[in-house]
Amino acid sequence: METKSSRIKDSISYIVLILLSIAFLGPIFIVLMNSFKGKFYISDTPFLFPNSTTFSGLENYIGGIAKTDFMSAFGMSLFITVFSVAVIVLFTSMTAWYITRVKTKFTNMLYYVFVFSMIVPFQMVMFTMSKVANIIHLDNPIGLIFIYLGFGSGLSVFLFSGFVKSIPIEIEEAVMMDGCNPVQAFFSIVLPILKPTAITVAILNVMWVWNDYLLPDLIIGTEFKTIPIAIQYLKGGYGSIDMGAMMAMLVLAIVPIVIFYLSCQKYIIEGVVAGAVKG
Amino acid sequence: MEKSIKKYFALFALPTLLAFSVAFLIPFILGIVLSFTEFTTVTDAKWVGLSNYIKAFSNQEFINALWFTVKFTVLSVITINVFAFLLATMLTRGKKGTNIFRTIFFMPNLIGGIVLGYIWQLILNGILYYFDVTLTFDAKYGFWGLIILMNWQLIGYMMIVYIAGIQNIPKDIIEAAKIDGAPRFQILRNVTIPLVMPAITICLFLTLSNSFKLFDQNLALTAGAPSKQTTMLALDIYNSFYSKTGWEGVGQAKAVVFFVLVALIALVQLVITRRKEIEN
Repeated sequence: METKSSRIKDSISYIVLILLSIAFLGPIFIVLMNSFKGKFYISDTPFLFPNSTTFSGLENYIGGIAKTDFMSAFGMSLFITVFSVAVIVLFTSMTAWYITRVKTKFTNMLYYVFVFSMIVPFQMVMFTMSKVANIIHLDNPIGLIFIYLGFGSGLSVFLFSGFVKSIPIEIEEAVMMDGCNPVQAFFSIVLPILKPTAITVAILNVMWVWNDYLLPDLIIGTEFKTIPIAIQYLKGGYGSIDMGAMMAMLVLAIVPIVIFYLSCQKYIIEGVVAGAVKG
Repeated sequence: MEKSIKKYFALFALPTLLAFSVAFLIPFILGIVLSFTEFTTVTDAKWVGLSNYIKAFSNQEFINALWFTVKFTVLSVITINVFAFLLATMLTRGKKGTNIFRTIFFMPNLIGGIVLGYIWQLILNGILYYFDVTLTFDAKYGFWGLIILMNWQLIGYMMIVYIAGIQNIPKDIIEAAKIDGAPRFQILRNVTIPLVMPAITICLFLTLSNSFKLFDQNLALTAGAPSKQTTMLALDIYNSFYSKTGWEGVGQAKAVVFFVLVALIALVQLVITRRKEIEN
């Protein structure tokens, strides 16, 4: 039933989609283009291609990396993200299994407290949390990972608990009858079954921790910088920005995300949908 | 079995519980208590009753931020969901190349708020340059800038949720409506929309809470300029804590109010979802 009018409709919707794609990718492309222009040619004419006067080669990148100490910010972001997410996945899956399988008033209450924490905005605990972290000396990268475990546990325990409830308890009972202790049962039987949820939890937490600005800034910001902190600090004291360095650092901040996205796109989209539906 | 697991409390539950207490539980309770006191370092708190709350509500900056946040939230929730839904219907007709478009539209969602803010600062200032103004010249530019930014970031995310919802509709229902000769718009209104209602509820509340709690994008795009007119609630609370001396207690009171508002939104969502589940 391919009629002429439906073909026209088809082409129109393709044209609309292509125009929208340009609108979605355009801003990133414009930043990329400007990262190769001299810093005084960016603010006024961001939509022009670099030409022989405005082209500055890799100057912005070299200057920007030096100015923001980008390499150590990148290393810090990577360190915090990898370890926080690993710790969150490991410990919250264990906790979720424990509070789902051990049925007492206490574990039941815990579950609701975890769920409750999901709706509390960060600003509510921001000041007191950074003071507490200060007092018990958690104001360092390792301490920050511990805080991420605490602050991320609400959503992660919630997601894991939902899945544990659907696992038939007989499997675990059978294994423990055979003489496995709970630790062995968890790591050899339960954790492998939890893998799809573990991927969802990992993806959601990677996206959160990698991009997070305020929490790391409050806890370790005076000594260490992650990528978002390094970018925010490019803005000088009087609102002046080295636009060249800014453009180059924005590009360097986006590249790892694009690589991550394109290499595990399927998991990311599935994980985000699962997180949205259950969360 | 339960008994043997119970013995392993220290291994399975304690690490998470300790972290959770330090990062959330203790600061949360402390936060509520401190909102009734005057303090600078948490340890020097002095009871002042409701005076922080009175100060918060008589603080023009707070009221402005609240009003700005509400306006911004309403507008961005509507625009994001309309565009995302339209895109989702375009991308679920089984045409070639829809996967590529999906990939492209979703991508901005992965970029962090600070980076997004500076990307759009460049673009919007570049456009406004032709009109001889900048983003921080007038609050309305910052307002619309934030709306555009938020749309760019969240349309793809919501589109993905809508696509999942639309794909869950059994194909034969739509086919049956088509065979009965129902016009496309009627199919959309009477078949598609009621059946994707769960997805709509999810998206409305995701956009609602994301917009209402916005901080990073606000800080990077305008930082509240000009003269704090584009400051949203989260940024106003931050400013009370960190750029006004002696305002820590008031900041904490504002934070409690902020929390109550967010909790109300979540409560409404819970009630609506529960009611939907009972209906079905």
